[in-house]
Amino acid sequence: MKKLINNPDFVVEEMLAGFEAAYPEYIRKLPFHNVVVRKAAPTKGKVALVSGGGSGHEPSHGGFVGKGMLDAAVAGAVFTSPTPDQILEAIKEVGTEEGVLLVIKNYTGDVMNFEMAGEMAQLENIKVASVVINDDVAVEDSTWTTGRRGIAGTVFVHKIAGAKAEAGGTLEEVKEVAEKVIANTRSMGMALTPCIVPAAGKPTFTLDENEMEIGMGIHGEPGTHRDAIKTADEITEHLLSKVLADMSLADGEEVAVMVNGLGSTPLMELFIVNRKVKEILTEKGINIYKTFVGEYMTSLEMAGCSITLLKLNAELKELLDAPADTPAFKII
Amino acid sequence: MLSASDVIYVLEKMGTVIAENKEYLTELDSAIGDADHGINMTKGFDAVKSKLEDIKQKNIDNIGEILKITGMTLVSTVGGAAGPLYGTAFMKAALAVMGKTEVDIRDFQNIMEGALAGVKMRGKAEISDKTMVDALEPAVNILRESKDKELNEIELLNNVRLAALQGMEYTKGIQARKGRASYLGARSIGHQDPGATSSYLLLNTIYQTVEEIKGKDINGG
Repeated sequence: MKKLINNPDFVVEEMLAGFEAAYPEYIRKLPFHNVVVRKAAPTKGKVALVSGGGSGHEPSHGGFVGKGMLDAAVAGAVFTSPTPDQILEAIKEVGTEEGVLLVIKNYTGDVMNFEMAGEMAQLENIKVASVVINDDVAVEDSTWTTGRRGIAGTVFVHKIAGAKAEAGGTLEEVKEVAEKVIANTRSMGMALTPCIVPAAGKPTFTLDENEMEIGMGIHGEPGTHRDAIKTADEITEHLLSKVLADMSLADGEEVAVMVNGLGSTPLMELFIVNRKVKEILTEKGINIYKTFVGEYMTSLEMAGCSITLLKLNAELKELLDAPADTPAFKII
Repeated sequence: MLSASDVIYVLEKMGTVIAENKEYLTELDSAIGDADHGINMTKGFDAVKSKLEDIKQKNIDNIGEILKITGMTLVSTVGGAAGPLYGTAFMKAALAVMGKTEVDIRDFQNIMEGALAGVKMRGKAEISDKTMVDALEPAVNILRESKDKELNEIELLNNVRLAALQGMEYTKGIQARKGRASYLGARSIGHQDPGATSSYLLLNTIYQTVEEIKGKDINGG
């Protein structure tokens, strides 16, 4: 294992210390917890948004703490959900009379730990609601499985629900708009190389030199299938066709696009993918309202990308355009 | 009857058994999960062990309180899905015996009813989903049915752990419908569920440790 770290046991703490040192104008870290909150939290008179999950997905979620997006982010161990006591501290630190919305990615551990924290917060008379994001079309969504995973589409929920909260929406309204985003967001990813969890010291899976995994999850979970590596255009066509097949998008409708890098794929390649996304959507008469290309939801040093589409209406467009000022996401 | 210090002894033994099976549980988990069940459970029960030292020093003899502290410690140290599941199990079990300084076999039934209800509530799992429930529910059924039978405590605890063992074995042949393993679909068949395995190990530890304690009593030790 070749990594720029000191000790696998301290990667999360040391990362958060460095993150706090880099963005003191935006955030502060709670002294005894792996929780990052807005510098001036709590923001009185506003519903607070709390998200989080395992570490290793930076800039998610700490990078999205700031005006117009999250109020707090809780960082678990690498690829492991944070525990309820940590989440509860975040809720207590940023919670307001207006309430707290928990934004959870659909993984068994995350859902259970956040739910427990929510129950504990309610015992302390804090109003709590939650939404669960499941945008990954690579996983079968049925009552017979845990359901689809939450991946890069999560960032659209942070942005739009965050804008609604900033605009003075009630807890019910913020939850409702978050659910609208979830219902209209679909993603799919692929990996060219695996990643190494520092504590494990070796890759969680292997891919041959000429192989790729289609539908790979952000923790290296298996996707739909393995295939010989193809061109960027062919891969983009495949991912986008799966995403589009799961949405009802009519001619003339509008979307936001996110081409997300998984950690070690250069921006050059992400733009090559985005070029093809634009070409395909234009051909189908789907209008691209806004595009985001970069690293939003990574998987340590995995190479690969995910493509996310969010179907927009007037309300979602307005909230997407609202100002956001966070370390990793800015809309002026 | 078990005293509070007997219960503490059983909990300590659970920690030892989990640590002994750390690699085994992690290996089972790496086939269908995320390869951390043994590591996380050991971390949790290590933390429980040091809490038990506190409990002994403070002479806490409320068994409900001891189980509650155990549950809260597991929730904040195990992480992943196992933390909330085992944590909830112990906390719900605690409610069944809050205030008691001794527990008999019917209290144990109430403890197990609470634990099972907690796990099912938290994990939204049913029997045959390939989870802890497959080991726990058959074990609770033995206790439910035992009322009309004339068995001594040790025989009953042996039947309880054998039912859990059978449930654990049963998970090999079925497809996962909950948790990370459910993403594998039919590919999860053939693998034994790590959660059902740790649940069996804990029930087996209860049987073995109670037998050891009672053996000492009989021998006047």
